[in-house]
Amino acid sequence: MDETRIAQILSRYEGDPADLIPVLQDIQDEYNHLPKDELKVVSRRLNLPLTQVFGVATFYKMFSLLPKGKHQVKVCLGTTCHLKGGPRLVDSVSSRIGCELGYTSKDGQFSLETVGCLGSCAQAPVMMIGDKYFARVTVDKVPKVLKPYQK
Amino acid sequence: MPRRMLADQVRQPTIEEVGLHINGVFVRAPVEFTVLQALRQHGFDVPTLCYHPDLPAEGQCRLCVVEIGEEPRTRLVNSCTYPVESGLKVATHSERVLQARRIVLELLLARAPQAGIIRDLAAQHGVYDTRFHVEDPGELCILCGLCVRACREIVGVSAIGMTHRSPDKEVATPFKEASEACIGCGSCAFICPTGVIPYTEKDGVRTIWGRDFELQACTVCGTYIAPKAQLEHWSRLTGDPVETFLVCRDCR
Ligand code: SF4
Repeated sequence: MDETRIAQILSRYEGDPADLIPVLQDIQDEYNHLPKDELKVVSRRLNLPLTQVFGVATFYKMFSLLPKGKHQVKVCLGTTCHLKGGPRLVDSVSSRIGCELGYTSKDGQFSLETVGCLGSCAQAPVMMIGDKYFARVTVDKVPKVLKPYQK
Repeated sequence: MPRRMLADQVRQPTIEEVGLHINGVFVRAPVEFTVLQALRQHGFDVPTLCYHPDLPAEGQCRLCVVEIGEEPRTRLVNSCTYPVESGLKVATHSERVLQARRIVLELLLARAPQAGIIRDLAAQHGVYDTRFHVEDPGELCILCGLCVRACREIVGVSAIGMTHRSPDKEVATPFKEASEACIGCGSCAFICPTGVIPYTEKDGVRTIWGRDFELQACTVCGTYIAPKAQLEHWSRLTGDPVETFLVCRDCR
């Protein structure tokens, strides 16, 4: 474990139990996941039982205990996207990036998940890579969308 | 001082009480009581699974539902979390309450079809089957969180907690590994209404939550008292040396 890296994140906070979620967000951003040893440090520093830290870490979808890919792909399966072919989009993206839904590809480049709604129903089906939106992604557009992210 | 005055003084700090009507019977209960506490105090029978008098009520199991208010403005509330109020009208076995309780039992049956206590309660309410989807026919846990509350509030170590979210929600130790915080006291297994927490004791070793705890034998009679880790916890709590706890209660 890199002590200074985690210490740096924690130094931005007062060490109040209420800082738990922001601290975990910072760790998630910095490490792309929540490593076990770091969570133990957080529990000690914020004076919270490890059970609570673990409970929060596993409750929110934005946190992940396993490393996420460099590019996080989110395919929308909200009602509209679902009707407009979301599930087919998931299959297509999954086979092209070589990674099952909910997992990270072997080379660590991509991870794939589905989300409830991305708030752009008018442009369904929608997907996201990192923090970029892609609208009206029909299956035939998938290769073009993924191209810039594939080495 | 005359005797009578003393008695008066003793009676002086009266508890503030409110009057309420339970199934048409007028009763009194301290203001800080919940409806469930008032019901239990006066012997009204309301089933519960997730309630324990020594723990804060959380209203998880929903079995303690009662109907409050007057027609036509009655509503269903959890009696375990609803505070008593003056003049409150409570019905514990109205048709609406029984209907709600049957639905709750059906849902609980779908969640934990194997739990004997739920099957018994359901049968008492005439519920023998569930119309809801059964995810896992072998499930016993109803996620009431009693074990989590007991470990946190009474034992004071918070070794277990609710993890993940529905439908994967479960009670677990951090990272599902043998917990460093656990003292092996077994309170969680003891308090669990459906008996789901596995717990074994063999050859002086207690195993719970995937961790083995060496049991301490009484230095006088040799019967096992409790896990060493628990005695050390007591020693930390009380500040007394751990040797104080190495003799069982009978031999003191
Ligand atoms: S056995 Fe462990 S988890 Fe269970 S109540 Fe005791 S300390 Fe908590």
